[in-house]
Parts: sequence; structure tokens; C-alpha cells
Amino acid sequence: MTAPQVLVAMSGGVDSSVTAALAVEAGWDVTGVHLKLADTPGHLQVQGKGCCTLADADDARRVAGTLGVPFYVWDMAEEFQRAVVDDFAAEYAGGRTPNPCARCNEQVKVVGLLARARALGFDALATGHYARVEDGRLFRAADAAKDQSYVLYMLGPDELRHLRLPLGGLTKPEVRATAARLGLRTAAKPESYDVCFVPDGDTAGWLERRFGPRPGQVVNTAGRVLGHHRGAYRFTVGQRRGLGIAAPTPRYVLRVEPAAGRVVVGERADLAITTVELERTTTTDGRPLGPRQARVRLRAHGTEVGCRVVPLEDPIPGAAAGRQGAATRPNGTRPNETRPNGTRVRLELEEPIDAVAPGQAGVLYDGDLVLGGGTVSTTRA
Amino acid sequence: MPYLDYAASAPLRPEALAAMLPLLERPAANPSSQHTQGRAARAAVETAREQVAALVGADPSEVVFTSGGTEADNLAVKGTLLAQAPETRHLVCSAVEHHAVLDAAAWAEADAGAQVDLAPVDNLGRVELDRLAALLQPGRTALVAVMAANNEVGTGQPVAGAAELAHAAGAVLLCDAVQAAGLPGIDLAADGVDLLALAAHKLGGPTGVGALVVRRGTTLRPLVHGGGQERGLRSGTLPAAALAGFGAAAAAALTDRQTGATTTLTALRSRLLTGLRTLAPDLERNGDPGPIGEDATGPKATGERGPIGEDAPGPKATGEPGQIGQDAPGPEATGEPGPAGRDAAARFGGAATPRPSGLGLPGLLSVRFPGRRAEDLLLLLDRYGVACSAGSACASGAVTPSHVLVAMGRDPAEARETVRFSLGHASTEADVDAAVAAVARALAVLAPAEGRAGSTARQGVGR
Repeated sequence: MTAPQVLVAMSGGVDSSVTAALAVEAGWDVTGVHLKLADTPGHLQVQGKGCCTLADADDARRVAGTLGVPFYVWDMAEEFQRAVVDDFAAEYAGGRTPNPCARCNEQVKVVGLLARARALGFDALATGHYARVEDGRLFRAADAAKDQSYVLYMLGPDELRHLRLPLGGLTKPEVRATAARLGLRTAAKPESYDVCFVPDGDTAGWLERRFGPRPGQVVNTAGRVLGHHRGAYRFTVGQRRGLGIAAPTPRYVLRVEPAAGRVVVGERADLAITTVELERTTTTDGRPLGPRQARVRLRAHGTEVGCRVVPLEDPIPGAAAGRQGAATRPNGTRPNETRPNGTRVRLELEEPIDAVAPGQAGVLYDGDLVLGGGTVSTTRA
Repeated sequence: MPYLDYAASAPLRPEALAAMLPLLERPAANPSSQHTQGRAARAAVETAREQVAALVGADPSEVVFTSGGTEADNLAVKGTLLAQAPETRHLVCSAVEHHAVLDAAAWAEADAGAQVDLAPVDNLGRVELDRLAALLQPGRTALVAVMAANNEVGTGQPVAGAAELAHAAGAVLLCDAVQAAGLPGIDLAADGVDLLALAAHKLGGPTGVGALVVRRGTTLRPLVHGGGQERGLRSGTLPAAALAGFGAAAAAALTDRQTGATTTLTALRSRLLTGLRTLAPDLERNGDPGPIGEDATGPKATGERGPIGEDAPGPKATGEPGQIGQDAPGPEATGEPGPAGRDAAARFGGAATPRPSGLGLPGLLSVRFPGRRAEDLLLLLDRYGVACSAGSACASGAVTPSHVLVAMGRDPAEARETVRFSLGHASTEADVDAAVAAVARALAVLAPAEGRAGSTARQGVGR
């Protein structure tokens, strides 16, 4: 039996470097690809910060050379700009709080790249995400602190069949030790935490440069004006700092109303919600979500709560409304076209949780198994 | 393994390797040293200087060795502008020049008070002389840069016409002949070139050496200071072995030119184009790299968006300035020296082979496969052992939309679908046939196939 032909996404970081190394050790026929996601000229790049710098491409190329595997760089800057960066800005402008990493995985790094790998005849795509794929189902990573299953919830059965996640059973120290053992030059590279296209971490400043000032009012729940702000896009639900108002007790952002330019603030107790609605839901087994118990995570590193899942409408098979603008395959079909998405579900939480922002991903688990998820559309106390 | 990427770098010629080996094995010597070993190294360098001069119809004393074509272009652009008073630092270059020229010009504009204008090209990538003329500022324009033939699409440029215009305005002409030095060649005297850039590795010499040929009387400021080598224009110990390889490659290229290599390459390229067209009838050719195809009297290349006929000699594209009417003869005409060239050949002992300005690169074929990303095609072709290039690549190695194709009116998406095949001194029919077979395989993988089985898909990347 011939070795499976596997495309490995190599960002130039330690995780994807070790992924490639483990793929080679597994005996797979490995090809490395680095995605150029930004057009930032070299001399303007912040070295060591963000991702997709020239230095990262060089690191990935060097690791591929060390491993003796073919290596290519693909320019996906246009796709990234359109599907991730522009979407990120538009979501904030609409008063929501997007998760650009989930969006990137959905549109570019995983689903988009997997479709392209398949079109080129590869059997599978391997990435350095910390999560496990077993028998075509998606599970949490063994290293709970590094678990990234949250940003992969949108994968369906067809994609999971062709996705390899060699790091899912390892801890981060084990990954670094593997890199050191193999002499990979990325072994000691620092972690990247920030949104990669906002390398200084100043999202509000980034948005302000993009949109310019859009002044408006900070109001309380009764509509009384407490202060003024430079742009509603600077605020996210649950935010406490930077409100520019004086109050005897801390105030938190409860809602962002960009059309009115209004930011509604209140007491911490006002943040608690017990009901969440998800839109554009997808499931990892491709079957419609029925009424059931599950646990839900509403932020990448947030707490999880038990919930009751209540479908709000009949799923429409093939109604690909869920994945807006999903990567189109070269043959014109859209990935996972038969997946029942576009449906909405209501989550009745077993205990209230604070500060859930529309736009964030809500991901449903059954133990370690990822059931699927969707995008938070509305919340209620 | 079929290698069809000569425009990126040509394989080392056996003659070049043979010339280099003795110098690499011999005890190290500096060509500037006065002892026996030093004199031997110097002799090798001077032989190379004569060989390089003969290739381009120059006097050996006009050859300034550099680290390659990029340094030669930089020396020409910056050295010329820095020799001017700030108020006469005006430069006109064609929009399709190599980045070694364009970026050097951009530097001069940003950091040396220069003013740069780009001369537009037609949809075949050819400089329009009347529009270039309109950009000249007599008495103020110091330099005009028009390459001999474009490295991405192969279109030959009206160098002699540009030189006349430049001289009339009191400017000097830089001709980047990095791609064209072998075939079809350029002649310093016949074409009126003042500065001519060359790179050894495009001719089948080693990487790391090149030359700027500086016509006598041209004023330049050096950029690299030190020991005063190369008449003070380019300091640094001369790499004798590499230069010997450069010289031997230049001599071999000249012999090739005189023995009909243009015809051979044109025929190979026609074979390639015919094969590719059979596979992809919607394929589009970019530029006008010269005569191509079996039917030399067929319809002319129109520069239209549609497929371009497998032809080209015939009447030229519309909008062609009269000055370059002498270009695009059949391949058989290229070996015919003009009077000025004969002079140069007689003077410098080589049979320099002047040819009418405007000839394209006979081994180059730039084609667009509509609907197929060049990145995907190149990955598959590499897996199948065939080397070729996309339009152009950025520092990270990604395929970026080429400024040349964009200047020719292609949109960036179309530019991303462009693949460049380039043939050269060791190319064979077997290489061409293997490349066509590999493209057939790649196109089959990339073809939209409804309900294609996984097992079929799996054949895609198999080696």
C-alpha cells in the first residue's frame, strides 16, 4: 500500500513544524505549504509578532528542507483579506465581536486549504491545531490548556475524514521537546497570541484607523446619557475599561448599537444571560441538531456550561446559507454542501454566564466530542 | 528531469565548468597580485573580459565586472543619477523593466532627489516609443532604461529606437540584456547602447558574477568603494574562477548564436506551444517573444485577449511605432550581421552578431491557462519532475501578480494563471515532450470532474 499523500500547512511556528515532522515519521508522503496571508512589505513587518512574516516563511522553508519534503508558498492574501480581515472589521462595525481565527479556519486555513489539497489529488491535509480526529469525529486535545477544538467546530464529516491533527494527543512541552530532538529551528519560537493582522494587539486603534472616528453616546439601560465615545466599534460586550464615565460602581458594556452609535452600559449583574441563540449552525457528523443536552463554550478560553439545545426551525438539507461565502472548490461545488446548516438553535443555559457577545462562536460538546456549533446571534437574561 | 526554467537560471555549460575547475583547484591568488599566480589569475579574468565584450560588440575595456545583473542595473541607475546635479536627475524607464531597475529608480526618487517616469507598454509588453518620447525632458533627462527583451513574456524591445530618442534628449541609454545576451543578443555599437547589464548564470555561466558594459565616455559614480578594481567603478577582489566561467559561457553563447540556435529554440518552442494548445485550446499566449509556430505566414499576433495564433512573424501588432519596423524577421534573418555589427566584430575579434532591435526571446513561452492557478500547476509539475515558473515570485516564494503582465493590461487574477516555460542551450525535444505530458497529467487532475472518485484523485500528486 502506498503512503498517503498529505499536504501539511506550515506557518513557520513550532506547532506546524512538529506536525510536518510527525507526518514524515508516520511514513506519509509529505508536502509542505506555507500560506502567505498578508501583503505587508518586509521592512514594515513587526519581527517575531503576528504571523505570516517573511521570517516565518523562511522558517517554514528551512524546516521543510531539514525534513527533506517539498515546500511551496501559496499567496492567499486576497482570500484572507476578504474572508477574515474585512469580515473582522465589518463584524465590529455591526456591533458584534468576531472570532477571526474560527473564520480563518473556516474560510482559508482548513476548509479552504483542504478543498484545494483535495483538488490537487492529496489524500489529506495535516495542520498543527491542538484537537483530535478519531474515526472521523472531532474531539478536544489531550492538552486542555492548548485545546483548539473551539475554532474547528465548523468542520463536517467529509472534511474530518481528510484532516490529520498529529498534535492532538500531545502537550505543548512534548511538542517543543520533539522539535528540539529533531533539531528544528523553530523549537524555541515564542507563542503568538494576538490577532495576527493586529500585531500590536490594539484592536480599537486598528479599527479606528480603518473607520475613522464615529462619535456617539454611552447610555445606561434607562437611556440616560452617561458619557461620549469615539466609535461604537471600540466596544465589546462585557468590556469595563475605556468607557470614559465616572460611576460609583464598575460599569460594563451590555450592548453595542452601532446604527444609533450607542453603547449601553450597566451593572455587572446585568451581564448575566441564560439564553443564547446560535445561527449558521453546523454539526461535525453532518446530521441535524436535535433537542438534547450538551455543554457549550462561548469564548475560546471561557468557561463551559451545561445547556439544553432547542432547534428553532426545521433543517433544510443543502441550504448552504450557513457558511457565508464558503470557499468554492475548483469544480464549483461548495464544501459540505449537503451539511444541514443555516439552521438556528436556542441554548437554554443551566446556569447564567456573563458577557456573551454576538458574533462569537458557540461550540457544543458532549464530553470531549465536538458536536458542532454556530455564531451567537442574540442573548437574553 | 526536464528543466524549462532557463529564464530563471540556465544550467552550467560544460565549457564554463571546464574553464572554472583549474582556477578553483589552483592555489588561491588575487588577480591584482604581481606574482606568477596572481598574473595567471589576472590572465583568466582578462580572457573572460574579452569573451564577454565580444558577445555584445564592446571593447574589453568597457566591461565592468559585478556580482551579477542586479548589481549591474543598480550601478547603471544609481551611478548615472549620482553623477548628475540634482536638477538633472530625471529618469525614464519602461514599465516592464526588471525590479533591479525599477526598485533602484524608486530608491533614487525617494532618497536621491530623482524624478522617475515609467514609459507604458502595449498589450504585448512592448515599449511605445512615441509615448516614451513624450516623457523625455531634453537637458534634464539623464537616463533612459529599456531592456533588450522582457524576462517574463519574452517581448523584444525597440532598443535602438529608444537609444536614438535618449541621445537626442541628451540622456544615456541603459539596456538590461540579462535575458537577451545569449539569444538574440544585443550590440552595443549597433544599438546605440551606453550601459548594458549582463548576468553570467542566464548564459550558462555561474551565479554570482555579471557585468555592466559602460560605453566609453559615459559618466558613472561608483557604488562600491575599496581597492579600486574595475577602473574604480567596482571595487572588490575579482573572482577569477567564476569570471572564467562567465567568459567561457559567453563564448559558447556566441557560437550558439552563430550556428543557428535561435532557429532550434524557436522550433522547440513551437513544438511546446502546439502540444500545450492541444491540451488546453483556451490557452492564451502573453507577449510577443518572436517568431513561433509552424506557420510563419499565419495571422499575426494581435494582442487581443483571445488566444494568440501560433505564428507571429507576419505584420506586427497594431500601434507599433514605425521605428521598430525592422523587427520580427523570420528566425533565419537573425544571423545576418548589419554593417555596424560587422565593424564591432572586426574590431574585437569576435563575430558579434548584431540583430535588428526588437527581437524577442526564442526560448521563452508565457501562457495563461484560464481557470487554473499557476501555483497549483507548478506544484503538480514539480511533483512530476518538470521545472518551470509562474509569472514572477516574491521574496517569500509566493506567486504574486507580475508587474509586467499588469502593465500589459492583464488583471491580477489572470496574471496568477500564467506559467512561464523557458528553453535554452541544452533543451531537447524530449524535454519538451515530457513537459507537455506532465502538463496533460496536471490539467487532468485540475479538471473539474463531477463525482470524481477518491482513488482517481489520489493519482494527482503521485510522483
